Amino acid sequence: MFVELNNLLNTTPDRAEQGKLTLLCDAKTDGSFLVHHFLSFYLKANCKVCFVALIQSFSHYSIVGQKLGVSLTMARERGQLVFLEGLKSAVDVVFQAQKEPHPLQFLREANAGNLKPLFEFVREALKPIDSGEARWTYPVLLVDDLSVLLSLGMGAVAVLDFIHYCRATVCWELKGNMVVLVHDSGDAEDEENDILLNGLSHQSHLILRAEGLATGFCRDVHGQLRILWRRPSQPTVHRDQSFTYQYKIQDKSVSFFAKGMSPAVL
Amino acid sequence: MTPSEGARAGTGRELEMLDSLLALGGLVLLRDSVEWEGRSLLKALVKKSALCGEQVHILGCEVSEEEFREGFDSDINNRLVYHDFFRDPLNWSKTEEAFPGGPLGALRAMCKRTDPVPVTIALDSLSWLLLRLPCTTLCQALHAVSHQDSCPGDSSSVGKVSVLGLLHEELHGPGPVGALSSLAQTEVTLGGTTGQASAHILCRRPRQRPTDQTQWFSILPDFSLDLQEGLSVESQPYSDPHIPPVDPTTHLTFNLHLSKKEREARDSLILPFQFSSEKQQALLRPRPGQATSHIFYEPDAYDDLDQEDPDDDLDI
Repeated sequence: MFVELNNLLNTTPDRAEQGKLTLLCDAKTDGSFLVHHFLSFYLKANCKVCFVALIQSFSHYSIVGQKLGVSLTMARERGQLVFLEGLKSAVDVVFQAQKEPHPLQFLREANAGNLKPLFEFVREALKPIDSGEARWTYPVLLVDDLSVLLSLGMGAVAVLDFIHYCRATVCWELKGNMVVLVHDSGDAEDEENDILLNGLSHQSHLILRAEGLATGFCRDVHGQLRILWRRPSQPTVHRDQSFTYQYKIQDKSVSFFAKGMSPAVL
Repeated sequence: MTPSEGARAGTGRELEMLDSLLALGGLVLLRDSVEWEGRSLLKALVKKSALCGEQVHILGCEVSEEEFREGFDSDINNRLVYHDFFRDPLNWSKTEEAFPGGPLGALRAMCKRTDPVPVTIALDSLSWLLLRLPCTTLCQALHAVSHQDSCPGDSSSVGKVSVLGLLHEELHGPGPVGALSSLAQTEVTLGGTTGQASAHILCRRPRQRPTDQTQWFSILPDFSLDLQEGLSVESQPYSDPHIPPVDPTTHLTFNLHLSKKEREARDSLILPFQFSSEKQQALLRPRPGQATSHIFYEPDAYDDLDQEDPDDDLDI
C-alpha cells in the first residue's frame, strides 16, 4: 500500500471505514496501481479478500504485491485471499465439463442474461465461517476490472445488477468493503461503459479517478488523481468534496504532490 | 403543538420551497448528478411529508433500508412505510420474500388504494426502475399513480398523491428523460457552484404558465432545509435607508411628458403613408393642368439603343 495515498484518504489499515464502495476509474492512463494499493491495504488490515482478477495473472499481482510488502501466495494458502484468476478459469469453462455452474459461466452461454453464478461465487467465498473464532476482520471484494465484462458481452445493466447484489451482501449484510475498477473511455462513444461508470458513481462512497495529463506524457508526472467523497458518514464533513493531486509512480511507492509542485520542477 | 403545526412554524422561506414542491401533487422529478446528489433533498421532502401527517411510502431500490432511515428520528421513522427492494430485487435468492411483481408490482398496487388521506410515494430511485423496465410501462404506471386524484369517478374519496422520483440524469438518454419530464408537475434540477448547492425548480400548474426559479440551499444533518440568499430570484431589492432614492426624471434637458394640447395635436396628425379617404379622393381626382405626362426624347446620331447592352461596355 502507498502510505502517501493513505494520508490523502485519511485512513490506515487499522481504522478503515466499513460498508463502503470505492470506485476506481482511469482515463487515458493506467489506474492499476490503485488496485495494487487496495489489495495490499486490505491484506495488511487482516481482512478476508475475494479478488476477481479478470485482467492479469496471479503471478503479476504477486510480484507487485511483494514489492508492496504482502505475499499473495501465503495469503491464499492460509485462506485469507480467495483469488479468481479469470485468464486461467476462462479456459476451464470452455474446455472442461463443469458439474456446477462456473463463475464465468456466461462465457459459454449465447444469451447470458446475468452474472448470478459470479455473484454466488463471491458470496460463497466471503461468507463467514462458523468455526467460532473470527480470524479475519471484515470481508472485502476487489474486482479488476468491470469494463472487460462489457467487452465479453454482458450488458451494462447486468453488471450493475451484479454489483448491486454484491453491495447488498458484502457492504450491507457482511459490513465489508468493495473496490471496483472501471475504465473511462473518454471521448469514445461507448454508451454502455458510460452507463456503467455513471451508475456506479452514484452508488459509491469514494471515487478515485486517475487521469492522464491533458498535455500528454511526462517523465516526472505520470498523471493526476481526483478524489471525490460522496455520501460521507458525517454529512457536515467533506460533503461532496473533491481534491486533485498529481502523482509519480516509482518502483515501490507512489509519490503525490499538489498540482504544479512536482519536485522535478521546483 | 402537534408535529404538523411544528412543521408549519418553520421559517417562512423554508416552507415556501418544500411546500411548493409538495403542494401541486403529481410527479415531482428530482434530477441529480454525480457531483450534486439528490437523495438528501428527497429525504428532506419525505420528512416534510411525514411531519404534515401524510402517509409516506418508500420504494427503496438503491440503498438499504438502514441507510435511508439514517438521520430521521424515530417519530418520522414510524410513519414511513418502507418497501425494501434492495436486498433481492431480482429474486436471485429464489425465496419468495420479495413482493411478487417486483417494484413495478408494488407501484401498481398503490394505484388501487381508496383512502382519503393524502399520500406521498418516494421512488429511490426512478433511475433504477428506468434502467430495468421499459420506459412506456414505467410512464404508464407513474401516470396512473400520480393522477389518481384527478380521475372522475372516485375523485371525492381519494386524497392527493405526490410521487417523488429521484432521477440520475447522466444515466439516461434524452428520450426517456423527456418523457418523464413531460409527465412531471414539478422538476427540480440540482446543481451549484463550489460549496453551495442550488435547485432549479420548474413548476407546471394547470392552466397557468410554467414558472421557474433558482433556489440556493443546504441540507442540515437532520434533513431540514436551510435556504441561502445566494443568487435567489426572490432576493430583496437593494435599498439603503440612509441615501434617499433619486428620481432620474428631474432636471432633464428634454421633455419626457406631453401636455394636453400637445397630445391632441399629436393624435390629430395624419401619417404620411396612411391611406385615408381624403388621400383616396386626391388620387382619384385628376390633377388640373396635367392630364397625362410624356417624355420626349430625340436620340443622338451615335446613340445605340441596344436593350441588351445599354451601357455599351460588354464585349460582345
